Amino acid sequence: MAEQGPKARIMDERDMRRTLTRIAHEVVEANEGIEDVALVGIVRRGADLAELLADELEAIEGTRPPVGSLDISFYRDDVVRHIQPVLHATNIPFSVDGKDIVLVDDVLYTGRTVRGALDAIMDFGRPDTVQLAVMVDRGHRELPIRADYVGKNVPSATDEDVRVSLPETDGAMAVEIWDAEADQPGGER
Amino acid sequence: MALSVKHLLDTVSLTADDITQILDTGRSFAEVNSRAIKKVPALRGRTIVNLFLEPSTRTRSSFELAEKRLSADSLNMGGSTSSVVKGESLADTIQTISAMNVDMFVCRASLAGTPHLIAENTDAVVINAGDGKHQHPTQAMLDLYTMREHFGHLNGLKVAIIGDLSHSRVAGSLVPALKTMGATPILVGPPTFQVSDPAYWGVEQTSDLDAVIPEVDVVYLLRVQLERMGGAVIPSKREYNRLFGVDERRRALMRPGSIICHPGPMNRGMEIMHEVADAPEAKVLDQVTAGVATRMAEMYLLLGGEGVAH
Repeated sequence: MAEQGPKARIMDERDMRRTLTRIAHEVVEANEGIEDVALVGIVRRGADLAELLADELEAIEGTRPPVGSLDISFYRDDVVRHIQPVLHATNIPFSVDGKDIVLVDDVLYTGRTVRGALDAIMDFGRPDTVQLAVMVDRGHRELPIRADYVGKNVPSATDEDVRVSLPETDGAMAVEIWDAEADQPGGER
Repeated sequence: MALSVKHLLDTVSLTADDITQILDTGRSFAEVNSRAIKKVPALRGRTIVNLFLEPSTRTRSSFELAEKRLSADSLNMGGSTSSVVKGESLADTIQTISAMNVDMFVCRASLAGTPHLIAENTDAVVINAGDGKHQHPTQAMLDLYTMREHFGHLNGLKVAIIGDLSHSRVAGSLVPALKTMGATPILVGPPTFQVSDPAYWGVEQTSDLDAVIPEVDVVYLLRVQLERMGGAVIPSKREYNRLFGVDERRRALMRPGSIICHPGPMNRGMEIMHEVADAPEAKVLDQVTAGVATRMAEMYLLLGGEGVAH
């Protein structure tokens, strides 16, 4: 696949680390500590980000919140168009009952992923609250969903692709804008 | 499309990639099945017809549970209650039900080839839930899943398939699937139960069970299907049990770490002795658990790739 490279780099590793630190502080402030806070990352990059956010929370509060991961393939509203084998298992090794769950994802776009994630979380129990943290909010919402913690608002065109790279999955850390390809592998829709 | 096939009629048509996708996706569904709420909306609004023209308890309940846990709507049709007994041809029955816009048929039948006939008469997806002595592909997938979960891989495993080989659709599906995944099946049974042409499958066949048991990773016992036998193919149950049943003595011959599988229902005292059936090496209940998860995966992968053109 011939790629020209990104149109623009919006955040580099230092920006992203600072942003994660800031979001961690916001989570601590909003929940008055992290006693009941648990993080659930949406696979794949949301799960990577949840681990990084847990590192930051541990640095601030001295304890590490429980971290889970959620694959929402079975909850999509467009399964007939986007069938894929499911390799990234859901793993939530704690009870969500009574917890303040912070859902973590890399890019907030149409909101359909988050809707599926909310359904999935509810199948695990009844959290006290569910909050949403994203590294990038690129707009174009199709559902009444908003994020509680936003790394950066990136107004984008629908023919663009906002890509978040993370060490665990991509070996680098950056937020970039690319021209959308007809058959993009990791898009949010 | 995720799988290379439209229908799941046999294991011969499946590629190694297809089987790996089913087993991997089955693993995610096993996680769903371990939750308090064992249901996902993956196939919401899809209609699945369970057409069981031959008696079945475990396969049928496994499919029904899999459908409910995928949020699909299902319709159950049995042989005695359907129009087949009123003289309607199966092709007409299938065309009639298809006209009600269903998405999938799950078919169990005593005549080999019935699922293929159904597939020729409908646009819906067809899963073969066992046809005569031919194939039982969903059984093979749950067997492979159980083996892969235990050993971590399938490539290189040696699997002895023991018993009534010539009447067995379980063997008919398991042998090609194992070979596709790089495992080596070995057929073991008395001459009257042996297949006439093991070279067709490219496998060894023997009647010396004691020589095979220490060599294999999986001791796979087939049920002696008394209902599928015309006449006296075995002298007596006692003799079969003595020569081909797995008892404590044969269990002691097994390689350390090897396992026993059985598609069920078990004839205790015939192909397997009571104490062996309840031994830790016997993975019979793990197979049943895997059945729901792998059937969910098969239905999800087959229906998900079907497109929106309905």
